[in-house]
Amino acid sequence: MKKLILTTAALALSAGLAIAASHGATVRLGTEGAYAPWNFINDNGEVDGFERELGDELCKRAELTCEWVTNEWDSIIPNLVSGNYDAIIAGMSITDERDEVIDFTQAYTPPDPSSYLATSADVDVESAVIAAQAATIQAAFIAEQGWTLVEFATPEETVAAVRNGEADAVLADKAYLEPFAGQDGLVMLERSEMIGGGVGMGLRESDGELRAKFDAAIQSMKDDGTLNTLIAKWEVASTW
Amino acid sequence: MFEFCADPETLDTFRWFACYLTTGKHIGMYWSVLTVLALLAITAPAALFFGFAGASAARSHVSPVSWLGKAYIAVVRGVPDIAFFLFFVIALDQMFEYLRHKVKCPDWTEPIRQGNDFIVCDAAKLPLGSSPQWVHETYGFFLAVLTFAIVFGAFTANVLFGAMRAVPRAQIETAEAYGMSRRQAFWRVLVPQMWVYALPGLGNLWMILIKATPLLFLLGVEDIVYWAKDLGETKHARFTDYPHGDWRIWYFLALLVFYLTFTWISEKVINRLTKRLSHGQATLGGDAQRKVTA
Amino acid sequence: MSCWQTIQDYGLRSIGIGERLLPKTDFTLCQQFTLIGSGMIWNIYFGALALFVGFFIASAVALGKNAGPAWIRKPCEWFIFVFRGSPLFIQFFFAYFIFLKVKQLGFMPWLTSAQAGALVVLILNTAAYSGEIFYGALRSVPRGDVEAADAYGLAGWSRFRRILWPTMLRLGWPAYTNEAIFLFHATTLVFFSAFPTLGQRGDSLYYASYFADKTFNPFIPYPILAGYFILLTLVIVGLFGLINMRLNRHLPQERRVRLRFRPNLLR
Repeated sequence: MKKLILTTAALALSAGLAIAASHGATVRLGTEGAYAPWNFINDNGEVDGFERELGDELCKRAELTCEWVTNEWDSIIPNLVSGNYDAIIAGMSITDERDEVIDFTQAYTPPDPSSYLATSADVDVESAVIAAQAATIQAAFIAEQGWTLVEFATPEETVAAVRNGEADAVLADKAYLEPFAGQDGLVMLERSEMIGGGVGMGLRESDGELRAKFDAAIQSMKDDGTLNTLIAKWEVASTW
Repeated sequence: MFEFCADPETLDTFRWFACYLTTGKHIGMYWSVLTVLALLAITAPAALFFGFAGASAARSHVSPVSWLGKAYIAVVRGVPDIAFFLFFVIALDQMFEYLRHKVKCPDWTEPIRQGNDFIVCDAAKLPLGSSPQWVHETYGFFLAVLTFAIVFGAFTANVLFGAMRAVPRAQIETAEAYGMSRRQAFWRVLVPQMWVYALPGLGNLWMILIKATPLLFLLGVEDIVYWAKDLGETKHARFTDYPHGDWRIWYFLALLVFYLTFTWISEKVINRLTKRLSHGQATLGGDAQRKVTA
Repeated sequence: MSCWQTIQDYGLRSIGIGERLLPKTDFTLCQQFTLIGSGMIWNIYFGALALFVGFFIASAVALGKNAGPAWIRKPCEWFIFVFRGSPLFIQFFFAYFIFLKVKQLGFMPWLTSAQAGALVVLILNTAAYSGEIFYGALRSVPRGDVEAADAYGLAGWSRFRRILWPTMLRLGWPAYTNEAIFLFHATTLVFFSAFPTLGQRGDSLYYASYFADKTFNPFIPYPILAGYFILLTLVIVGLFGLINMRLNRHLPQERRVRLRFRPNLLR
């Protein structure tokens, strides 16, 4: 039956219809799988975390069959626009730069400040050496302030750099840093920076229909409070 | 895996590790070893094919073909493989989909490039949107093999081109004197003899190929380094049953042992192959063998 | 902003001279060419220095591996085996780890910076690869050359300096050229894996991925990077070709080793 629908759709020669039909089949969700608690690979080797639960629920509400795919962060947008998956759900902040290239659904977590994790509570970030993951909004922020920035390829290395004294503090998402606080004498600083917008799902600009579906599903989760419950459960951000 | 793994927190060290090392994620890493080996096994002959084609083209008497072969060798060799991997796979994928699109959906009127988006008709998608995950993974693996083969094909072409030159000119002249055509002389005299000259270079390339596999994760294939990084990172009790600190050093140590063993075995095999191939050849190695038997 | 202005602002950005902030919006081709080119300074720095220092260590290691006593030979063999047998990726990781430990003990704190630490790794890496090439070349020095040296009464250092070493270089040179090309390519891994980037002063790959990340279009910055490296490779092949001609200048024309046509060129 599925095959029959596909053939008729192809014969109808209508872009909208054909895309709709393929979405009736499966929607592929792209994520990074290395950013707990947002998304990570669990002990069984499956995608897990806040966004896994959220994505599955959204697909259920939008009546879509979804499949999870992991992709390197660096090429996550090029692979979306090239059509290797249909949506990004990877803790991606909605920024103007990204919005020019892809479309976002409404945010599913509110904008949250980034925090510092440091060797001691009295580190002065303006004169200290601050570590950040290369090519993140945090790295761009520190560079813009004119503070001393060291960039590492992975988030793990940024925390390690603070631990072994290569940097005085690391700037990253609060939810990522929080589990490290209290270990090896690392502490969270009081100061935090309001950078980045809320987090939303990224879709191809030509895929308005799918975006509308996810948008409606997110709205319905916001309305009945299930989204807040999920955010609280995984402690990824503040609630709506 | 084991029954006693239900509650890891209560286990003693040995059992804890027995459970830890058999989690689904670790099994994933063990599989990735096979993925890497399979990739090497397929890439090597594929690269040899590309190399042979490249070298033959570079030797061609038809100028455009010869330029093409030489350009392929020069350009691909000149670029760091890492830079190549960062954009080439997407380009390759788009090229395939574009070609399929032209064939399968000739009546399609929408533009393929809509702003930033690359859109082909559904029938042209590779793999089809409806195919299961394993098809996607196999396709990704295939793209990685092809990319590796194209990159290492250029190096292979360079080696084979040199090897073809190294076969003594007199051999070909003799073949021609016996009335063989150019084609016959090439296939019956040149090709069988060039391998002994090519082998040291090819052996080195094989070693380089082995050591290029950590770059596989750039091509979207989950290789051993990808897993070692992920598994070695600090794991918090909230997200796993087996929390631990930064263990990357241990995982990388395992990788080091893996690679050293692999290259060590390869070296032994190549040495043996060199001896075998030198047999009866007009080279120093071949002479030495004759002297021993005589 | 004119392109010339961009070059003035960003031409030396990778070593910290010029505009402090990287471009953030409205990326032009000129900016991409300038910054990626600016990053090439580090690739050339790493490659040229590693090649220069590594050359001498390689000569020593090749001699060591060829030496009689096991206490010299074995360490050289192991050195070559470990550095040739493992991916550079992993070598960088371990080196950074060890340098950190050394620093914590209070020695040589500068080793954890990419400019020094990664350079050390690259030196050792190329020393091992070239060492093996030179060792192979040393083994194939024609016996006649050595006998002639003996006949002239040359021995010890002067025999090595005047006979063995030049012949070894001549025989190993084509393969060594390839090693040099590979080494320059390998310098792109420095900031890509283990070593940190300070103040956005990175190499060409760092800036290329910066642009790829900002513009979400990998099809412009990476080919630019590729173009730069093709040019660099041509320059290396040219320079090494000149040295090759000098090494072979005493040979009759047709016996000269032609650089491009040697079979076992690769490391």
